Amino acid sequence: MSSLVKKYIMAISGFVLSAFVFVHMIGNLQVFMPPSAINDYAYFLHHMLPWEVLWGFRFTLLAAVVLHVWTAIQLKIENAAARPQSYQVNASVVATPAARYMAFSGMIMLAFIVFHILHYTVRSTHPEFKMFMTMNDDGEKMFDAYAMMIYGFSSEFWYVSAFYIISMASLALHLSHGVSSMFQSLGLRNELWRYRLNAFAAFYGIVLFIGFSSIPAAVLISEKTGVQLLQTKPVLEGVKSWDKKSPIITNYENCLSCCPSSGKVTK
Amino acid sequence: MNIHLKVWRQKQKGDSGKLVSYDVETDEGSSFLEMLDILNEQLVAKGEDSVSFDHDCREGICGMCSLSINGIPHGPDGATTVCQLHMRRFKDGDTLVVEPWRSRAFPVVKDLVVDRGAFDRIIQAGGFITSRTGSAVEANVHPIPKPIADYAMDAASCIGCGACVAACPNSSAMLFTAAKVSHMNSLPQGKAEKDKRTLAMVDRMDAEGFGNCTNYGECQGVCPKEIKLDVIAQLNRDYAVAKTKKFLGAAI
Repeated sequence: MSSLVKKYIMAISGFVLSAFVFVHMIGNLQVFMPPSAINDYAYFLHHMLPWEVLWGFRFTLLAAVVLHVWTAIQLKIENAAARPQSYQVNASVVATPAARYMAFSGMIMLAFIVFHILHYTVRSTHPEFKMFMTMNDDGEKMFDAYAMMIYGFSSEFWYVSAFYIISMASLALHLSHGVSSMFQSLGLRNELWRYRLNAFAAFYGIVLFIGFSSIPAAVLISEKTGVQLLQTKPVLEGVKSWDKKSPIITNYENCLSCCPSSGKVTK
Repeated sequence: MNIHLKVWRQKQKGDSGKLVSYDVETDEGSSFLEMLDILNEQLVAKGEDSVSFDHDCREGICGMCSLSINGIPHGPDGATTVCQLHMRRFKDGDTLVVEPWRSRAFPVVKDLVVDRGAFDRIIQAGGFITSRTGSAVEANVHPIPKPIADYAMDAASCIGCGACVAACPNSSAMLFTAAKVSHMNSLPQGKAEKDKRTLAMVDRMDAEGFGNCTNYGECQGVCPKEIKLDVIAQLNRDYAVAKTKKFLGAAI
């Protein structure tokens, strides 16, 4: 496979992944709406969307990650082999730190992806996660994703929040190079658009960092200060008084009166 | 002015070389290469082996000089070849580390001289127009819009020095190959063999053992002819088109 084809693979898989993270961020930010919003959204993704669509998305993302990582490893090996003897003195003229640390930021994110899937998708890190339940307007039981997010980022697991925020900084750094670079690799950039896309890529990275990191930050702020951005109190109290067997049903404040559930849920 | 030099000395291809320190008394008005000439006169007077380095025109257009100074190909000034770099750029008592280009595709022949035959072979693979174009024709036979002519001329100003490869953390030859491809692919005489040329030159470039382009932009930063990353984008684009046409079995 020629060097350029490898770059196309990096660019296209990178495009898929960087577009996905934006959609994911928008989905996550629903946590700042009443709890039923994100719970209904989670229910929609898992139960109302045809399974073919959900698994189609999952397979595409998995394929993109595998191709992106596998090709990156190949490129890295070839690039190292292309300069068997290094310089005694190294200097950099224009390359940005983001460009030079792509592999490093990528490795942090790979570790993050593995942990994140175990954490919130497989839910194998905390036994409580599978027990958080809530009701929709029709009185049906469904998973309480809102409570999962709050508990997962609570101060008891401050190191998890720290890892999430560090990973999101890596994501921002990675994309501040990658989002512009993918257009170059596909030949869809020129001198004028190099500056525009570089600026857009930096902006994109910052937006994603703020968007994603705001959630663990908001959980800690709500838990530790009087500023109630999220309803941490009922969730954490529910966990404290949990009998280790029955589902944890959180009574959110004034839930029925203040949060009209979006979308009527039927089986 | 006195300059402390640390120069890469290597007897021949395949030997392990090392940096050797020298002190040179030189003038601010001398070029970097003249300073090396002074060093060599000192070495010859002492009966030592002189430092080998490539040079030819010494006016910045031949692309022979190929020195990395303190880690930067062609030294600290932008858009400058080493022969056009003057000692007034440095301060009395400075220490300068002088190394050859480092790339698997550019083996060191002796001291600071590298074999850049890989570039010649990339050109041989497609950096030409097959048909004889004869002597210069009347200027308006082939109408070429001025911006296109300028773009092709900018790409054609590549002197093939190899600084792009030397500066690239991946030792990629994309800027060189892209400059040559863009130059020819943009003009009517070269367009006839556009796809064939693009595929052949990239294949040759890969076979020579250069690294892959990861869009650092270091090449553009050191290029003495200020060739822009634009040409690499065009190569990426032209290659994608050529590869697709080949895959579909179209005539190329």
